Amino acid sequence: MLGKSVALPVATGLAGVAAWSLICSLQFFSASALPSPVEVVAGFGEEIRSGRLAADLAASLYRVGIGLVLGTLAAVPFGLWLGCYRGPRAALLPAVNFFRGLSPLAWIPFAILWFGIGDAPVIFLILMPAFFTLTLATAAAVANIPDVYFRVAADYGIKRMALLRLITFPATLPQIITALRLTAGIAWMVVVAAEMVSGRDGLGFAVWDARNGQRADLLVCNMIVIGLIGVMLDRLLQYLTRVRSVRWGYER
Amino acid sequence: MSDKVLRLQRVCHSFDGIDVLQDISIDIGEGEFVVIVGPSGCGKTTLLNLISGFHKPVAGSMIRMGQTRMVYQSDGLLPWMTVAENIDMGLPRSTNRASRARQLSELLDLVRLERFANHYPYQISPGMRQRVELARALAGEASILLLDEPFSSLDYQTRLLMRRELAHLLARRASTVVLVTHDIEEAAQLADRIIVLSGHPARKTFELSLEAARPREPTDEVVVEAMRRLLNHLGLLNVGLTKQPERRKDALAKDALAAVSI
Repeated sequence: MLGKSVALPVATGLAGVAAWSLICSLQFFSASALPSPVEVVAGFGEEIRSGRLAADLAASLYRVGIGLVLGTLAAVPFGLWLGCYRGPRAALLPAVNFFRGLSPLAWIPFAILWFGIGDAPVIFLILMPAFFTLTLATAAAVANIPDVYFRVAADYGIKRMALLRLITFPATLPQIITALRLTAGIAWMVVVAAEMVSGRDGLGFAVWDARNGQRADLLVCNMIVIGLIGVMLDRLLQYLTRVRSVRWGYER
Repeated sequence: MSDKVLRLQRVCHSFDGIDVLQDISIDIGEGEFVVIVGPSGCGKTTLLNLISGFHKPVAGSMIRMGQTRMVYQSDGLLPWMTVAENIDMGLPRSTNRASRARQLSELLDLVRLERFANHYPYQISPGMRQRVELARALAGEASILLLDEPFSSLDYQTRLLMRRELAHLLARRASTVVLVTHDIEEAAQLADRIIVLSGHPARKTFELSLEAARPREPTDEVVVEAMRRLLNHLGLLNVGLTKQPERRKDALAKDALAAVSI
């Protein structure tokens, strides 16, 4: 027997498809503007057989992966540094806030001017929001570490690098993971937009290509894949919150 | 100060111009268990912070031999470390791996948490967490143990068990202890010497020495007598209470017996 957690979302999905079919059969929109579910399924078959879907998916995931990894590697140490020292924080935090608030899509012209077409501009466009969002979250997490942990560290002679390794970093890790989930969501949105204008492949490019070729069925195929991967990406990162040494941060 | 490990002389402290501690003089000998009693918010924690060196006194002097280890009122265990890793923090850095492992297992054994070595603090009970903190604090050699209301967040039963536990621990690992509490019973059960502070600003108003072996039960004569004298000093004996009529007491006793025999 199916549990409610499976049965209910499936029922919702079926209802959605039914509504979609109904709207198609009423011919609210022209057939070229709204494909029917059957056409979309056929489109999926075509995309899978040609290998395009797999190639686009791989390209997009590669860019998001590289962007997130580079962004995390740069932002976490930088954020810890900002969080630990008042001077750098005062000097740089307003700038970090400025760039975090700046839509990554505003960088698209520069991304193309500087990096041309292909992987590099897209990775750059993901790196921007990833770096600034994670930096800010990490710095804020350091500021929120309860005083008692530093008192304990002082009592037991933990200083400098050991302090960073044993106290500051692990104390902020749960919040860093939460920020990473948020950042992955942003990156997944940015990659689609970035590939539309500066890609030769990827799911975003596929969306744009389908639009140019007036293939609404393929457009919907790619939209479905983009949505599903977005959910799966978050689910995947959610596993990090179950690691035994960070779970304390989520049980309040 | 041959056998004295801590000497406070006319120590005063204030925050933002408000006096918190006034003229506190305390001598503490090696291996002595001193309990400082006072109302909540009277500056007991500030006194511990002065002893640990976290605050510098505004006036007066302090001489201290050896390091202090504090057990905090709020949970002081690092939640991202296991029980064993938390206790390991307390061991001297210089010791080699083999002797560290041996000492660690001794300490785990001491607080009866061998089976929980690889558990995280959020996976064990508050009483167990408090035992881990004690083990961590006792891991170093020759230190003064500062306990800041260590059992105040526990229920009464667990508190009684923890007092007994602490007494047993100290019997096996002698250490100088300064414990602050607002719990007079706790003071009477544990202390070699009880120091009573008044509130706002805290002054020393009373001192009581007890020469009796630990652990002591709340019903032990020496504990009851110490509590009677402390309550009397605080003017809390028979305040606002009228004696129950004899008849009523008998009725209560009968009820109690009846309840037991069911």
